[in-house]
Amino acid sequence: MKARDLAELALRNLREALLRNALTTLGVAVGVASLVAMLSLGVGLQNLASQRLTRSGLFDAVFVTARSFGDRGGLSREGSSRDNSDSRQNPEPQELKLLDEDTRQAFARLPNVTEVYPQIRFVADARYGETKRQTMVLALPDSSRRSGAFDAMKGTFFSSSAAQEAILQMDFAKELNPQPESLIGKELTLRYMERSTSASDAELMNALTGSDNSGAISVLPRIKKFRIIGITDSDPSAGLGGFGGARVFLPLQVAEGLHVAQPGDFRTMLASESGKPSYMALTVRTKSPNDVPKVEDAIKKMGYSAFSLMDAARSLRLVFAVFDLFLGLFGSLALTVASLGIINTLVMAILERRREIGILKALGASDKDVKSLFFAEAAAMGFFGGILGVTFGWLIGQALTLGASLYLRSRDLPGVSVSHVPWWLGLSAVAFAVVVSLAAGLYPAARAAKLNPVEALRYE
Amino acid sequence: MDGPLLSAQSVTREYRLGGSTVCAVSDVSLSVAGGEFVALLGSSGSGKSTLLNLLAGLDRPTSGAIFVQGRNLAQLSPIELARYRRQTAAMVFQSFNLLPRMTLEENVELPLRLEEVDRHERSARVTEALERVGLAQRRHHRPSELSGGEQQRGAIARALVNRPRVLFADEPTGNLDSKNGDHILELLHELQSVLRMTIVMVTHERPLAERYAQRLVILSDGKLISDQPLSPSATRGAAASVTASERAPSGASA
Repeated sequence: MKARDLAELALRNLREALLRNALTTLGVAVGVASLVAMLSLGVGLQNLASQRLTRSGLFDAVFVTARSFGDRGGLSREGSSRDNSDSRQNPEPQELKLLDEDTRQAFARLPNVTEVYPQIRFVADARYGETKRQTMVLALPDSSRRSGAFDAMKGTFFSSSAAQEAILQMDFAKELNPQPESLIGKELTLRYMERSTSASDAELMNALTGSDNSGAISVLPRIKKFRIIGITDSDPSAGLGGFGGARVFLPLQVAEGLHVAQPGDFRTMLASESGKPSYMALTVRTKSPNDVPKVEDAIKKMGYSAFSLMDAARSLRLVFAVFDLFLGLFGSLALTVASLGIINTLVMAILERRREIGILKALGASDKDVKSLFFAEAAAMGFFGGILGVTFGWLIGQALTLGASLYLRSRDLPGVSVSHVPWWLGLSAVAFAVVVSLAAGLYPAARAAKLNPVEALRYE
Repeated sequence: MDGPLLSAQSVTREYRLGGSTVCAVSDVSLSVAGGEFVALLGSSGSGKSTLLNLLAGLDRPTSGAIFVQGRNLAQLSPIELARYRRQTAAMVFQSFNLLPRMTLEENVELPLRLEEVDRHERSARVTEALERVGLAQRRHHRPSELSGGEQQRGAIARALVNRPRVLFADEPTGNLDSKNGDHILELLHELQSVLRMTIVMVTHERPLAERYAQRLVILSDGKLISDQPLSPSATRGAAASVTASERAPSGASA
């Protein structure tokens, strides 16, 4: 029999015992719904986690440090450990590759790189009125606006990357003023050390020491005023070029313009004969976390130490895979029960339709035709149950999201989508329902096909 | 007529009932020529229906061979046997056996679906078959909305629709009153005379068989006890007169 005829006959048979078949289909739908709801929760939570992590800037960034003589410490540890094999083959110390402006431009030209910025953090004296505190200052790139770290901040983010503005960390703001909100709009004075490389300095040094000092720098104290425009509760420094601990934040462009002397300056000064400024570390941001490995490899090939947190992201994916597996197993239990319902319905149908099967066989239906007909009926119940189930599952997910959002809002937190039904989940759930239904139809279909037509026709 | 269309050779069919073996058909040999109308006669339990099922390919003999157009049914695979039932042999039952959930039209279409006949062709074939049995106007009715005679004519239309060579009828008039029974036999006779269809009919009503069949095969206790042709004049004359008077309209339309 042709597929279309099979489908027509199967649907017709299903319509005839409407109540029973509808209940069986509903059973499949409930099973699929529980599976879809469970898995959509897994997918939703995974999305939520990876979205948050991506926005945190930890997973779409490659951290680059200058490779130095035998130095395997600090930030370069993880990146270098992968290169251990080459360094063993080549134990001679490599030439120090400086991270200067040219390197920064070269990184920016790599495919899928959105932003390259130096890590600028320095110790400064912060003054507000009579209060004076020594604190760590961190420069923030404009992209940190989207990191989610400032979602709940008081005040606003920097009006531009060149604005003479500062954002304070809440605890620090409290130290300056017990009513931190009142600080917004006020001025904060920073005293810091400027790294000066003017030609006159070099000449002065030459005159003093009587030798060539072309790479020399001088350090001068400077004072600058910044308008406080925001106070943040969270610590946005992690992943954005620093690893926590900063309490005053400045726009990156402004901070770069300050030419602050940094601890690494001495080391780069020793290596650089030109006296050109170089960076201690650069953060390279990619379009998406998926681009990280390629960019990381490209940077390593250029001879720099680079590392990323992709390994951590990979283990996170493993955790979610296991999580999804268990959610799926629990969800499948209901579908197993539903498949017993299908078996029951079809076995009952064989008993009721013995005569019909006999007639079909007398008219020339082959065993395969009869089997296919029962399979088609099982598949149809699975298909409709699957579609209904995906709809139910999606609705359950929406209800969970609504509930979670209401709960979070009651605690002054932004609402989140905890459940997500991607198209592949919907499609595979329907396909799975059909496959399970076909498996449930195996026994009844085989039994119907084996029926002896003479006996079946005798049956009243 | 050149050679028999259908030939049973020493056919035996035994059933196991509990511990004992029942022999429903025992060593029966029988030949039917193409276009012949044969009546299988016998009392209840004589094995005539079992023999019919064997000839129709619904059942397989325990021993012996059944040749149809040179092929032994006993050796056909289940798929080939199903094809035989679909293309060569057609069956009409005492209890009509129309599928109650389908309309008459859908019932008649069923063998065409099984034979995978093209959709465009089906409707014409169904109409042709229904017109031949005079039920074209009742095509959208369900079996429960039809009289017994109409149901049996519908079953005959369903049997005809795949244009088989042989029509096997198992007590086709058994559930009908004599008037409707006559109509059915006239119809069968017409199929045989007009379409040259071979008809093998099981009945226990000897007068009916004598009136329409060309040959009378009598079974008793599973054995063939008599196989005799009926005189052509008696048969044809009686049947022709009825056909001429009552079946002319549908005969003309066919």
